[in-house]
Amino acid sequence: MTKVTFREERCMGCELCVHACPQRIVTMAKHINAGGFHPATVVQQDKCTGCAMCALMCPDVVIEVEREEKQ
Amino acid sequence: MRKVFSKPASLSDKPFHYCPGCTHGIIHRLIAEVIDELNIKEEVIGIAPIGCAVFMYDYFDFDFLGGAHGRAPAVATGVKRVHPDKMVFTYQGDGDAAAIGTAEIVHAAARSEKITSLFINNAIYGMTGGQMAPTTLLGQESTTSPEGRSKEMAGYPIRLTEMLATLEGTVYAARVSVHDVKHIIQAKKVIKRAFEIQQKKVGFALVEVLSTCPTNWGLTPIEATKWLEQNMIPYYPLGEIKVPKEV
Ligand SMILES: Cc1ncc(C[n+]2csc(CCOP(=O)(O)OP(=O)(O)O)c2C)c(N)n1
Repeated sequence: MTKVTFREERCMGCELCVHACPQRIVTMAKHINAGGFHPATVVQQDKCTGCAMCALMCPDVVIEVEREEKQ
Repeated sequence: MRKVFSKPASLSDKPFHYCPGCTHGIIHRLIAEVIDELNIKEEVIGIAPIGCAVFMYDYFDFDFLGGAHGRAPAVATGVKRVHPDKMVFTYQGDGDAAAIGTAEIVHAAARSEKITSLFINNAIYGMTGGQMAPTTLLGQESTTSPEGRSKEMAGYPIRLTEMLATLEGTVYAARVSVHDVKHIIQAKKVIKRAFEIQQKKVGFALVEVLSTCPTNWGLTPIEATKWLEQNMIPYYPLGEIKVPKEV
């Protein structure tokens, strides 16, 4: 189980995370945030491997990644 | 659930004001991660530049001073000599360090001030609207070289890190990039090393970070990372240029 959370109010819609995701599951939302940008989001959470590549690439520290500990 | 990635504690919660896709933000985060890992938040003092990163003191949860344009290494010298047990670092753009502040960084390096110096090379003056910098590549368009930089008119781009590495006082000199995840991970290791060298009081440690400026390059953020890789890295090769024996 992994969970990726976007602090969408900080997102500037640069799409660097979209490009960095090896699973190609980061997309830009249709709505706009308070800053006027389409924020990045992940709809297919089940496909996320928790690699955190999106978060490493994000210039605005928008993304938080959590992973279930292996037993 | 265990957090595998979250905001480093040394960053404040204030959102960055940079343009979308500008990699100043990535470099800020790497600095904060390194400071967290070395557990030096209480002893670190940053010296902010003039340039796009002028407000960087708002983004970190530790002490900062702002220097006049190009003078961060001189300010850092004073702070470090008065507080030799503090960890002092400078953060300067290429307009700041390689143009108006060339004298200050050269002499801080020559004196081997025991500081960590971060030099952010985006090949342009970002804050003032995209004028040619000493690091602007030949042929690169800017508002003051609309036809591309020509060597006849403006000479050649300066490789500041190689230049400073020739000085005895520079004990560590390296160049990294943040245009993709692999290089971001590498950049963090090198920045950490430059702080560890200061902990060991060896001498002047310099890290040049190649960074993008999508707005003034006239590219999308993704195109800018590709432009950096294809154009800047061939002229500004990555790697450690000088490493002290002690580490
Ligand atoms: C003494 C002085 N001269 C000129 C300026 C105008 N100025 C502000 S920022 C800047 C250059 C910024 O470029 P760089 O250091 O490359 O940083 P960037 O904005 O690209 O991050 C200049 C020339 C100033 N603020 N002070």
